[in-house]
Amino acid sequence: MFKSQNTLRKVFCALGVSAILAGMPVIGHAWEPQKPVEFVVMAGKGGGADKAVRLLQSIIASEKMAPVPFTPVNKPGGSGAEALVHVNGKKGDNHTIMFTLNSFYTTPLRQPGLGVDITNFTPIARMAEDTFLLWVHSDRKDINNVDDFVKAAKAKGSKWIMAGTGKNSEDNLLTDFLNTAYDLKMKYVPYKGGGKVAKELAGKNADSTVNNPSEQLGFYEAGTTKALASFTDNRLPLFPDAPTFKEIGSDMVYYMQRTVVGAPGMSKEAAAYYDDLFTKVFNSAKWQEYRTKKSLQGDLLTGDALMSYWKRERDIHEVMLKKMGAIK
Amino acid sequence: MLEILGQLAQGFLIVFEAQNLLLIIGGCALGLFIGAMPGLGSVNGVAILLPLTFLVPPTGAIIFLAAIYYGAMYGGAISSIMLGIPGASTAVATTFDGRPLAKQGLADKALIGAAVASFVGGSISVVLFTFFAPPLAHVALVFGAPEEFALMMLAFATFVGLGSDDIFKTLFSICIGLVLSAVGFDIISGEPRLVLWDITGFLHGVNFLVLAIGIYGIGEMLWTVEEHALGGGKSMLSEATVSVARTFAALRELVKTWKSTVMGSLLGYFVGILPAAGATPGSLMAYGIAKQISREPEKFGNGAIEGVCAPEAANNAASTGSMLPMLTLGIPGSPTTAILLGGMVIWGLEPGPRLFVDHSEFVWGLIASLYAANLFTLLINIAFIPVFIKVLKTPFTILAPVIFTLCLIGGYAPTQDMHDVWLMIVFGIVGYLMRKLDYPLAPAVLAIVLGPLAEPALRQSLIISEGSFMIFFERVYAGPIMVVALLLLFLPVFKMIYDRVRKPQAERNAG
Repeated sequence: MFKSQNTLRKVFCALGVSAILAGMPVIGHAWEPQKPVEFVVMAGKGGGADKAVRLLQSIIASEKMAPVPFTPVNKPGGSGAEALVHVNGKKGDNHTIMFTLNSFYTTPLRQPGLGVDITNFTPIARMAEDTFLLWVHSDRKDINNVDDFVKAAKAKGSKWIMAGTGKNSEDNLLTDFLNTAYDLKMKYVPYKGGGKVAKELAGKNADSTVNNPSEQLGFYEAGTTKALASFTDNRLPLFPDAPTFKEIGSDMVYYMQRTVVGAPGMSKEAAAYYDDLFTKVFNSAKWQEYRTKKSLQGDLLTGDALMSYWKRERDIHEVMLKKMGAIK
Repeated sequence: MLEILGQLAQGFLIVFEAQNLLLIIGGCALGLFIGAMPGLGSVNGVAILLPLTFLVPPTGAIIFLAAIYYGAMYGGAISSIMLGIPGASTAVATTFDGRPLAKQGLADKALIGAAVASFVGGSISVVLFTFFAPPLAHVALVFGAPEEFALMMLAFATFVGLGSDDIFKTLFSICIGLVLSAVGFDIISGEPRLVLWDITGFLHGVNFLVLAIGIYGIGEMLWTVEEHALGGGKSMLSEATVSVARTFAALRELVKTWKSTVMGSLLGYFVGILPAAGATPGSLMAYGIAKQISREPEKFGNGAIEGVCAPEAANNAASTGSMLPMLTLGIPGSPTTAILLGGMVIWGLEPGPRLFVDHSEFVWGLIASLYAANLFTLLINIAFIPVFIKVLKTPFTILAPVIFTLCLIGGYAPTQDMHDVWLMIVFGIVGYLMRKLDYPLAPAVLAIVLGPLAEPALRQSLIISEGSFMIFFERVYAGPIMVVALLLLFLPVFKMIYDRVRKPQAERNAG
């Protein structure tokens, strides 16, 4: 008798607690992550994307923006294919997000067998667009603008070496652009990672590169390399003396997205939570400082605007890859 | 020179601040543990602990992470020697002779050898770092694809004599390693390749640790189970003891191995400063060369103390060396320094040639901390050797499941993919069968480490030269390295011819 009463009280107690727990989300946030969030990186440890993710992780942790940690998981395989397949398989998962580059468009286009349709992913936030510039070694006193560059590259023909990150990558697209636009025969040599590419130029094992500013910054500041022109809409504040290709008459504008993507079929509440979180991160002093330092462009894009941006970019990349002969 | 000493003194003042000193000791101890846990290794350890360092100033943070990196280089040797499972990729070469020593009841000698060699390697490299950073950074900078390939050829050449006498079995083993290293993604063509049976797990390639833990950890287990079953329940390892007298005897013997240790230190440091190579090829090459220069090469693989000292000196020296391109060029000399570079971005520091000028307290604090970390890890390590030896006295029936579990964790940790765990078990069984049939395993391990470094370098060079192999001989650094590599490669052939000519003569003389 006594015992059963006690049990009954326990049951009621439990019911009460769970009622309060169930009611809590309504009082506080609409949705909050309940366990650590897996933050998939489409590239290896130590690359540009990885560094950015670890910075985002540190901002979220040090400013206490989320109740759980965000754990970076690197899936570099197959030029992002491994990461895409992994996240694509997590339908309806509210605790998996991914940091993407332009391989987000090009890898599914080039490998239709993966069965990845990027419009199924949940758009969260575009945090930046990285820029590209044309670089040569500072010892090349004869090259001070694009005209000089074209003259020198023409003279050397196919012995002119352009180093870049991987075949059919962003760097390869831009090299093809330059070869066609200026009737050059530069030879493209693929290396692993932008840092390595930057070093090949500084060590004079390559004649030119189309590195991101963040990759060349160390050598640029030491006066080892110089930027001739940028593939952007406007001149970059960090490189005021480098004209845009638009200014000098070739219409070459190309950016690399740095975007946070959610698993397909993520709940509306979770998507709204991440939108809100990454908007806060975007506006934080640390992220803004990083953007300025690394010469990043591109405003914050979320939700439907981000989705239509993806569709537009994917179509652009499809045309470019066809031109290169990388896809049919 | 005086200027350098002044800056180093400044660095030591930073190191001797109470908080930094605590960070070094804590980092070394933690690193020892991380290194000793199979599969965890310094890369994962540093990545996991990176967020912790947001709490301290950048100099404290890099000192802490560098101490972990350092400690892990020592720690890796512990499980290599005691359990036969490489604690980290950098410690694979240490298993080759460390494990046989432990089986002979000489685990204490191997552990002391590893600790002292690590200390020597660390000390030599940090002194080189202090005084010759700028010229060496220049070498790292001009080292292009042809030079990298020449160096990899040298590494392969040093290993030719490593297998059994059966040259075909050695070649077979190397080929298996090379094929496995080609699985995954080809950066030169930008296409996935050898994605066996279209399993997505193969897209990230075959992780080197999966193969190493598979054939050494799991394979060793199966081997011991067989011995154990047939041997009627005797202990997995010979009883090891540790005493002051034994320690001094071991130290006296170590003095005789100074040549291998110094060679390992210099080689490790040099390989370490080259971008992308890192401590693993450095330690494997040091092992190969130690065997080549030894008077008793036949002892290697059966418990030669030089086989422990050379790779251990090399991996510690390489870890210091790989800091050089990280700081001066902003490119990682090893996977771990790649993570440290990420940390520098978070702390708002721009690595590159300007760092030494703009943030000299950061750079010199780090260099001074390496001196301190080196000493502390040695002391911690020596103090714990009796504890490690105790572990070996655990009965096999208890130790075996623990080792098996550690292997599984080690296979899972680097990629966090169950696919790699299954693969590791398959490698374990295949490795066991290969050993039964007397195929050497070390060449396969070497090939899977060096393959992914050698192949792109070869193809990049040939793209640049438009297909001409002369590019490897025409360049200032590549040429001499390549010539030495080819000489070493054909050394066994010369020896064979020499023996054929000499022996009959000797017999005739005798007769």
